[in-house]
Amino acid sequence: SLCTSNIISNILPPVSLWTGTAVRYLDKKESVKPVISTGSEQRKVQTKSKKTLAKPGVKNIVLVEGVRTPFLLSGTTYADLMPHDLARAALQGLLHKTSLPKDAVDYIIYGTVIQEVKTSNVAREASLGAGFSDKIPSHTVTMACISSNVAMTTGVGLITAGQCDTIVAGGVEFMSDVPIRHSRKMRKTMLALNRAKTLGQRLSLIGSIRMAHLTPELPAVAEFSTAETMGHSADRLAAAFGVTRLEQDEFALRSHTLAKQAQDAGLLSDVISFKVPGRDTVAKDNGIRPSSMEQLAKLKPAFIKPHGTVTAANSSFLTDGASAVLIMSEEKALAMGYKPKAYLRDFVFVSQDPKDQLLLGPAYGTPKVLARAGLTMDDIDVFEFHEAFAGQIMANLKALDSDWFAQTYMGRKVKVGAPAMEKFNLWGGSLSLGHPFGATGCRLVTTVAHRLLKEGGQYGLVAACAAGGQGHAMVIEAYPQ
Amino acid sequence: MSLSSTLNGSYLTPRLRINKVLPYFTSHTETHVSPKIDSSRTHVNYEVKEDVAVIRMNDPTSKVNTLSVQMQNEMIEVFNEVLANDAVQSAVLISSKPGCFIAGADINMIQACNTSEEVTKLSQEGQKMFARIENSPKPIVAAINGPCLGGGLEFAIACQYRVATKSKKTVLGTPEVMLGLLPGAGGTQRLPKMVGIPGAFDMMLTGRNIRADKAKKMGLVHQLVDPLGPGLKSPEERTIEYLEEVAIQCAKGIVNKKISLTKEKGMMQKVQDYVMGIEFVRQQIYKTVTAKVMKMSKGLYPAPLKIIESVKAGLEQGPDSGYLAEAQNFGKLAMTSESNALIGLYHGQVACKKNRFGVPERPVKNLAILGAGLMGAGIAQVTVDKGIHTVLKDTTVEGLSRGQQQVYKGLNDKTKKKTITSFERDFTLASLTGQLDYSGFEKADMVIEAVFEDLNIKHRVIKEVEAVIPPHCIFATNTSALPIKDIAAASIRPEKVIGMHYFSPVDKMQLLEIITTDKTSKDTTASAVAVGLKQGKVIIVVGDGPGFYTTRCLAPMLAEAVRLLQEGVDPKKLDALTTGFGFPVGAATLADEVGIDVAAHVAEDLGKAFGSRFGGGNVEVLKTMVEKGFKGRKSGKGCYVYTPGLKSKDVNPDIEDVLGKYKLTPNPLVSSDSDVQYRLVSRFVNEAVMCLQEGILNGPVEGDIGAVFGLGFPPCLGGPFRFVDTFGANKLVEKMKRYEEVYGNHFTPCQLLLDHAKDSSKRFHK
Repeated sequence: SLCTSNIISNILPPVSLWTGTAVRYLDKKESVKPVISTGSEQRKVQTKSKKTLAKPGVKNIVLVEGVRTPFLLSGTTYADLMPHDLARAALQGLLHKTSLPKDAVDYIIYGTVIQEVKTSNVAREASLGAGFSDKIPSHTVTMACISSNVAMTTGVGLITAGQCDTIVAGGVEFMSDVPIRHSRKMRKTMLALNRAKTLGQRLSLIGSIRMAHLTPELPAVAEFSTAETMGHSADRLAAAFGVTRLEQDEFALRSHTLAKQAQDAGLLSDVISFKVPGRDTVAKDNGIRPSSMEQLAKLKPAFIKPHGTVTAANSSFLTDGASAVLIMSEEKALAMGYKPKAYLRDFVFVSQDPKDQLLLGPAYGTPKVLARAGLTMDDIDVFEFHEAFAGQIMANLKALDSDWFAQTYMGRKVKVGAPAMEKFNLWGGSLSLGHPFGATGCRLVTTVAHRLLKEGGQYGLVAACAAGGQGHAMVIEAYPQ
Repeated sequence: MSLSSTLNGSYLTPRLRINKVLPYFTSHTETHVSPKIDSSRTHVNYEVKEDVAVIRMNDPTSKVNTLSVQMQNEMIEVFNEVLANDAVQSAVLISSKPGCFIAGADINMIQACNTSEEVTKLSQEGQKMFARIENSPKPIVAAINGPCLGGGLEFAIACQYRVATKSKKTVLGTPEVMLGLLPGAGGTQRLPKMVGIPGAFDMMLTGRNIRADKAKKMGLVHQLVDPLGPGLKSPEERTIEYLEEVAIQCAKGIVNKKISLTKEKGMMQKVQDYVMGIEFVRQQIYKTVTAKVMKMSKGLYPAPLKIIESVKAGLEQGPDSGYLAEAQNFGKLAMTSESNALIGLYHGQVACKKNRFGVPERPVKNLAILGAGLMGAGIAQVTVDKGIHTVLKDTTVEGLSRGQQQVYKGLNDKTKKKTITSFERDFTLASLTGQLDYSGFEKADMVIEAVFEDLNIKHRVIKEVEAVIPPHCIFATNTSALPIKDIAAASIRPEKVIGMHYFSPVDKMQLLEIITTDKTSKDTTASAVAVGLKQGKVIIVVGDGPGFYTTRCLAPMLAEAVRLLQEGVDPKKLDALTTGFGFPVGAATLADEVGIDVAAHVAEDLGKAFGSRFGGGNVEVLKTMVEKGFKGRKSGKGCYVYTPGLKSKDVNPDIEDVLGKYKLTPNPLVSSDSDVQYRLVSRFVNEAVMCLQEGILNGPVEGDIGAVFGLGFPPCLGGPFRFVDTFGANKLVEKMKRYEEVYGNHFTPCQLLLDHAKDSSKRFHK
């Protein structure tokens, strides 16, 4: 049976070795790298279930390039921007990196979660502002944390259907400013005021305003259907799968440690530098903070008190950021002289109970997309899972590795197995890099493409959970170099 | 339409288990090192996890844990071992049953006692046992998932710390009062200290269930644990495991002083404590509470008063007096006829929550209701949230939309009270389809018609419906008086026709009277009962006949009430006399609630069917009232005048004229207050007994349940049959004969009642 902490210890030294000596551990960064290289050497000799996922009669769709702005803790350098500014930066970065002519795109799609009401179709505002031709239609999609995955797969659909050849997809989230509304009572009064015809009517409406009218309405971080906050649900999920606080802190530390290594090694090549108007140029994610187990252990639970296990440190933080990818039909990409990075292959969207299985999307999506592609877990060289909470990741890994869960809840005969940790989120994840809800999907796909190139693997798998009890998984195939 | 009554449904609720006590055991016990599992024990076991003893309860013979003799004895053994085990620093008390901590104790243990002294002794033994728990040098944490009621709650509050799951199944409470008893194992003494005097009185006097989150706010539990969803084990199993893990942490926390047992008092708490420290204030509280109890119970229920007395003894004269008063009062109450009656009703209710007709061949998944009036919409309301797709059909958009609004309002009120979320409300409403035509009826498994009470309309409806429903579909008719066989006469498949008599308001009234004809098939009955049980009803299944059981019992009583009005008894006086006897609603008010037109209708129909025996008051009184528009509450005027928004009501001044027209001269020999009461009650009871004699009723238990839950027969009397047993058939017959001399056959006792009067060993209830 699964013992995830053992899996982690393939990458991280066993807890006993570094309890109380975390600082020493942080100096031993090399402990990660050998494992990676061993992994990729093994993979070269591994035979795959399938040589390629290309299907006769189906267009090959490729990822040409993917970029993102640095992901910053909300309330920091991006604080004075608007969401479309971030999206613009990502789009301009993509244009710059690909030298794509501004009129060569057929369609632009963006994903976002918390909408700025002034720019509700943020895709359109951003593409106009980024200098794309005003002849390019653009629309915005939303599906919580997998919004930019929807943006990409919508693009895939348009290409497959023969509607388009060149798509820019992306995502943006801006948590430094969120729409805080007047109360419903106040809104009602204000709207009535708009319609009031006489001074008397206006005065009487103004006179009806009470203190209660002035209470603002904050955007809820809670699930609408259950009224439960996501952190609370994550804590329950972790408890349901028996994920300990220690396991979660270990995983969080792993994420930050690996992200720091990747950042220092210059592996996060999708990050563009961005001159923030009125501020400095930012070129790096600023939420990566490798700490120590002692420090992590000190934190009190953030959601379920006093006995919960999910803390601020083992959860993803509120982030500002945007991402963009260029997706094309293979023929078009080649005709335009691009060297594609990867094929976007099979994908699935799944959904389940938003109360007790809110964050289990990866557990449901992974076996389904593998079956669709005709691959096994062993065929996958690179895993990039969205890390909403360390506890959520560990719960998903345990679910994937449980025959009982597979049989009872997924209608499968046997489990599909947990991903090997030496292939898993090796350049950090949402816990450390940050998680701008709408933008994370493109980061995951781009990271898989980049890691396949770097590590020499053939197949990669993206999986993510989303509010509403939904999830997504996609198989990505390396483009032959 | 149906008989309406405002019998407070919460007075008696299901799930009752009573407090029970643990026998005292001596404190010098053999010391032997804890075996991990002692296989000789079947109900209680423990294992030591690090330094925490996890004591697990599980009654293998039942779905719920009760403090049975076996459970208690094993608990004592285990407790002694835990105390003696040096490796143990603290303990966790938990049930290994998913969904039940301790539901209370076996009522039979008290019923087995013959004297109040025996019961008092039981109580004292329990008090001592829980005192030991309370004073245990090793802290004990009660880990609560599922019902924690009666003796279970008293056990839990004797522990040092309580952790409870935030599950809907987890409820805490002291329901003893509903069985005419009191919390007899320290409850009346510990609760006031734990939740304050007002809170304790509220709990013990209403017996209501308290959900975990409320319990936390009240200070009844210290910590809450969320129920878990799917993981590597079933949600139920893992939730208990998780609860145990958290409880173990708490137990350790108490031992290493990370958790303090003396909680910081908030400002409000300090103020409250100060105020409650003033004797004058306490006296005022006792006075107010007593007055409230007297007003609501009319002094007919001894238990609430004894609860107040016991609490008062403890607070004013110290714990020794308090515990003594509790034990003695417990003993006294256990011997009262009221407690006996209430326990009888509890047993009856349990019996009427079972389907004695077996499992129906196919479950009802699609139910269609005809008529979106008060009844139809009410039936939809109690069906739609039970996972049954419900079609509500009416003939007009206005009627339908009123009905849909009623269903919405019912659910939305629950949302406001936070018993369901707005999402659950919407999700539930998605199972309701409102329509004006018969589309989709080909998928219906059951149709319940709640259209106007007119045989011709019912015949038209049954023919229309049978043309569109599938062959297996059951046709149920909601009528309160029309014989089912007459309605079924228009059916091409009478074996599928059945009566389902709901009571208004459907979402509040617990009773469902199901009526079978000679032709109704057993499977049809099983299916109707299954649907009723899903709707949360207490069900009696009776034979067909005019008025079935409930309406038939009520009609003579109402006829008598009309005669009393004609004899010059003021409606308010009539109400006071009936409520004074224990009816939750007075006879005049009841007539207004039912509707004077309906009462007139029923009186006339049943009068025709049963002849002069159903006479008494003149039907013309009712008819004249209807003509004048005095149809009862629904028309704003009846015996009383109803002003919207006003709770108090005045006697309708115009009724004088009507009554004056039909004035009768009272006979002073049978018109004392007591005679008035017995004239009303004896006609009711005699008719009930006659229903049993004629085979309309299956047995006295269903007769008692139907009368109490459907018509508001005084719960403290336990129903007409228990009343005859307790009061004495001979005494009742004696009274009736006296009335018979004045009024004739209205008061002729039926044969079965005469048989019981002749032979005092004959009893309806063993």
